[in-house]
Amino acid sequence: MLEVRHVSKSFRGLRAVRDASFQVPEGAINGLIGPNGAGKTTIFNVIAGVYAPDSGEILLGGRRIDGLRPDQVCAAGVGRTFQIVKPFAGLSVLDNVIVGALHREGSVSAARGRALAILEKLGLAAKRDWPASSLTLPDRKRLEVARALATRPRLLLLDEVMAGLRPTECDQMVQLFRGINRTDGLTILLIEHVMRAVMALAHHIGVLHHGEVIARGMPEEVVRDPAVLECYLGEETDV
Amino acid sequence: MSRSVAGLLALLALLAALPFFVGPYLLSVLTLVLFLAYTGQAWNVMMGFAGQLSLGHSLYVGVGAYAAGALFFHFGIGPWAGVWLAMLLCVALGLAIGFLAFRFRISGVYFALLTIAFAEFTRVGFDHIGWLGGPAGMFLRVAQRDTWDFANFRGPPLMYYYTMLALAVAAFILCAWLLRSRAGYYWQAIREDEEAAQALGINSFRWKMLAVAVSSAMTSVSGVFFAFYYNNLFPEQIFHISRSIEILIGPIVGGVGTLFGPILGAAMVTLLADGLTDALMALGWDIPGFKRVFYGVVLLIVIIFLPRGIWPALARRLGLHA
Repeated sequence: MLEVRHVSKSFRGLRAVRDASFQVPEGAINGLIGPNGAGKTTIFNVIAGVYAPDSGEILLGGRRIDGLRPDQVCAAGVGRTFQIVKPFAGLSVLDNVIVGALHREGSVSAARGRALAILEKLGLAAKRDWPASSLTLPDRKRLEVARALATRPRLLLLDEVMAGLRPTECDQMVQLFRGINRTDGLTILLIEHVMRAVMALAHHIGVLHHGEVIARGMPEEVVRDPAVLECYLGEETDV
Repeated sequence: MSRSVAGLLALLALLAALPFFVGPYLLSVLTLVLFLAYTGQAWNVMMGFAGQLSLGHSLYVGVGAYAAGALFFHFGIGPWAGVWLAMLLCVALGLAIGFLAFRFRISGVYFALLTIAFAEFTRVGFDHIGWLGGPAGMFLRVAQRDTWDFANFRGPPLMYYYTMLALAVAAFILCAWLLRSRAGYYWQAIREDEEAAQALGINSFRWKMLAVAVSSAMTSVSGVFFAFYYNNLFPEQIFHISRSIEILIGPIVGGVGTLFGPILGAAMVTLLADGLTDALMALGWDIPGFKRVFYGVVLLIVIIFLPRGIWPALARRLGLHA
């Protein structure tokens, strides 16, 4: 479904992503982990069209999407959430999701119907008339997901949606994504710091360090990989 | 909702009946209120709905006024034809400014400065167009003040009042419809967070251009009205930044982004400003520039105490939906 081929992206000499390559097969839930500043969010932004890559290709279902604008990437079937949540603060929860649903729906009333169904699924239906600015952080994260799902993506990019959630809230989110993945066949790529969530969700994990993919594999393998331990904990030295 | 509709209909009935109870002076003040309510509504589409601050809306009033005015002055073509030329020119100008700004990602304060710049150099430019009278102004023939000559938009003050009332009502309905349409949702999303809006598939460039087109088209009609109501046009007056301020103070005081804010704001500010000016005159104090100082003070008070404007606070008190 998603293929990232030799993608590099620099900012004024800082190479945020170096020659990164990975794939997310159709129907998979894959995770991207790595320490702070490893380039995870940059890769997301390159996939989502916020930045064009300096080199390399990104394919979605065989079609090149690198260099497209964010709205075109969305139209191609990629939904995303933002690490720092970006609700439309002045609009109601329902209106936030309607904006997303209008992307595929022909009329506002049809979009409202879809938005209500999605809010129901995410447990936000009771708060639909609240201004988005009055939501708590976990609810704002849910709203990010609801809005992205409303655009009917084939691939969902989740940028640290678990950060700041309590373990029980985190487990609910995990259940939710598993459910959507199973019933709707939605492919998911997530960036996550919360290992509890990554281990529970991801079928396959890539590890990013200094902009490079240094390891990949099943979650259980990856966490035992010496290179991964090294980048998180530092090199082993004899004392 | 039905209470809001009932309130609006009552207000409309009141406004329709008012001319029969007020003198010519007050009628002219009320016409000005409706003029500013309509134009404020137009400005609100750009700033209130789509979040694009224009400080140069006098540009569209001026170009609209001169377009229809010149057609009448030179060729005797009435405003019903002239309004289309006015609209065409204003939309073209608006889209040109919008293209420059949005294509090169000029936003916020810089966008506002760009709108001022365009209004200002159009003002200076018009001073040098002899065909339009230059700085000496252009004067439209005034005749038949007593009979309604609607075809040439010539008639008694009552005709102008009802025309402006009809325009204000039409603008309100148009904006209410726009706000509930796809465009309204997209504009508000762009206003709240452009990056998030784009991630949801919204081509923000295109929708911001639409906001500018709608707003400039609506404002051009204000210009045409202005030309045929006041019958004299001076670049120095019509393109002046104080006119842009006069347009935006109503919606800001009333409530940016709300439907009723521009109407309430225009009424409050105009009636208060004129009332205070008259009161001071009666006391023998003729203070030049009083209106502008008054606008400044009102703006300060509103921004400090009711940053979202009067209408949202008032609507909550009345238990209405803002």
